[in-house]
Amino acid sequence: MKLTGRVWKFGDNIDTDVIIPARYLNSADPANLAAHCLEDADPDFPSKVQAGDIIVAGKNFGCGSSREHAPLALKAAGVACVIAPTFARIFYRNAINIGLPILECPEAARTIQEGDKISVDLETGTITHTATGSTWQAKPFPSFMQELIGAGGLIAYTRKKVTGHA
Amino acid sequence: MGMTLTEKILAAHAGKERVEPGELVNCRVDLVLGNDITAPVAIEEFSKIGVKEVFDRDRVVLVPDHFVPNKDIKSAEQAKVLRDFARAQNLTYRFDVGTMGIEHCLLPEAGLVGPGDLVVGADSHTCTYGALGAFSTGVGSTDLAAAMATGEVWFKVPQTSKFTYHGKLQPWVSGKDLILYTIGEIGVDGALYQSMEFSGEAIARLSMDSRFTMANMAIEAGAKNGIFPVDEITESYIAHRLKRSYKVYRPDPDATYAAEYDFNVEEIEPQVAFPHLPENTKGISEAAGVVIDQVVIGSCTNGRLEDLRVAASILKGRKVHPEVRLIVIPGTQQIYLDALKEGIIEVLIQAGAAVSTPTCGPCLGGHMGILAKGERALATTNRNFVGRMGHPESEVYLAGPAIAAASSVLGRIASPVELGLKEVSTVA
Repeated sequence: MKLTGRVWKFGDNIDTDVIIPARYLNSADPANLAAHCLEDADPDFPSKVQAGDIIVAGKNFGCGSSREHAPLALKAAGVACVIAPTFARIFYRNAINIGLPILECPEAARTIQEGDKISVDLETGTITHTATGSTWQAKPFPSFMQELIGAGGLIAYTRKKVTGHA
Repeated sequence: MGMTLTEKILAAHAGKERVEPGELVNCRVDLVLGNDITAPVAIEEFSKIGVKEVFDRDRVVLVPDHFVPNKDIKSAEQAKVLRDFARAQNLTYRFDVGTMGIEHCLLPEAGLVGPGDLVVGADSHTCTYGALGAFSTGVGSTDLAAAMATGEVWFKVPQTSKFTYHGKLQPWVSGKDLILYTIGEIGVDGALYQSMEFSGEAIARLSMDSRFTMANMAIEAGAKNGIFPVDEITESYIAHRLKRSYKVYRPDPDATYAAEYDFNVEEIEPQVAFPHLPENTKGISEAAGVVIDQVVIGSCTNGRLEDLRVAASILKGRKVHPEVRLIVIPGTQQIYLDALKEGIIEVLIQAGAAVSTPTCGPCLGGHMGILAKGERALATTNRNFVGRMGHPESEVYLAGPAIAAASSVLGRIASPVELGLKEVSTVA
């Protein structure tokens, strides 16, 4: 699957409280989460972000709480993919489990700027800068995780395992 | 080649002789945990898997603690989802207002976690149980759903880093100061994807409550888990609590570590983490003077009896500063009762503290002490991210209970030494 989108840039250590503040965690409704996604980092983000946009951030993206509401908020806000040098481990698992594409690529995260247009090939992990044609290669997922992603996430994978059918 | 403590527990739960860092393993879990924020999402995902019952009703524990006692209608609806599910599944261990506590204070106290266990919880501070020599780690709601259905979780075996603490603790220094100092040294991603193994003679003398505090904040260094060796202090803590048999694992002398850190605790003074990351730490001698509006003593990090004792020892016969709101939240009903019997609660109320029923409450900006724009709090909690305790333009400073209590009296970040107090013992 190939995604093309406009980039929003964020810094290091974007924590899950900033992605979706706890004051909105009294509901897991995707529309509610999307309406407040990243508002403490940029109050206008929920109104600016458009379906298919891509976030490029600094290291340790998604650190802090285990709230799955964080990747759910990003997905519901229309974010198609997140690229960062590293992800906090619970966020990493949550994103894979709910089907929010994430890619670890320090070089791309360093070079790509806000407003740039990039495309991402999720099968190969290749990231391409539309204007310059520069490409970067993200770290590939281990085969088990590819299997999880291919099955449609952890719930679909587990359903198949316990019931024998998808 | 030998194995670390974490590798041994993961190997045992994967049914393997040995595991290597980087290897993906499927592990049997001894306990799974959810709360009123994460469980409702997990329960919905659980219903899609195609099983009717949880894998073992003795080993699934759901604790409504974050926005409970219900703070608003939406929170009440979420907590009800958890309560209805716990009832329908006939879960053996059920906790609610009046019997509950903050999950990570409660589960060890209730004897539901022991050495050598493998625990996953849909809460990032599930790493707290590493203090008991268990492998325990936070996961999200979907992982919780799959674990409730199957009793299994997949893991990438982490590399382990070893943290050794030498020497004798300085006055007013507790586990909170050691872990804040450590995070200040290695950074909020200093142990990313890793296991933190704690050891050394300073650790051997450290109380159980201080060990819980240290393991609790392993996540603030990005770690998968933090883990302590089991000793007499651990054995004595679990003696009258633990409901199951357990197995003690020890790291091999020739285990391989990604990094080894050695700290001389005699050089570590009480620590304060400045906004907006737990790694922004300073010793109290460089941190004193910041004017504050609120002090919170509580949370899964520092809501235990030792923390309340330290606070009371400082607040006894003193008054909270007129411009400061001191909120004290005992971690569990039992801690609350013990503190009451010891006279701690009376000392705190006489000093002018508001004492609450157990809840995560203000720690994550839920309720019971939210900050207005521009306000500053000093808290014994675990995170000082932007907007963590309220308005995005409020500030949170993190410290241990001694600094918190002294600051509440002086109205600014301060050491108990400024009150003419010399020593407190936090060793067991």
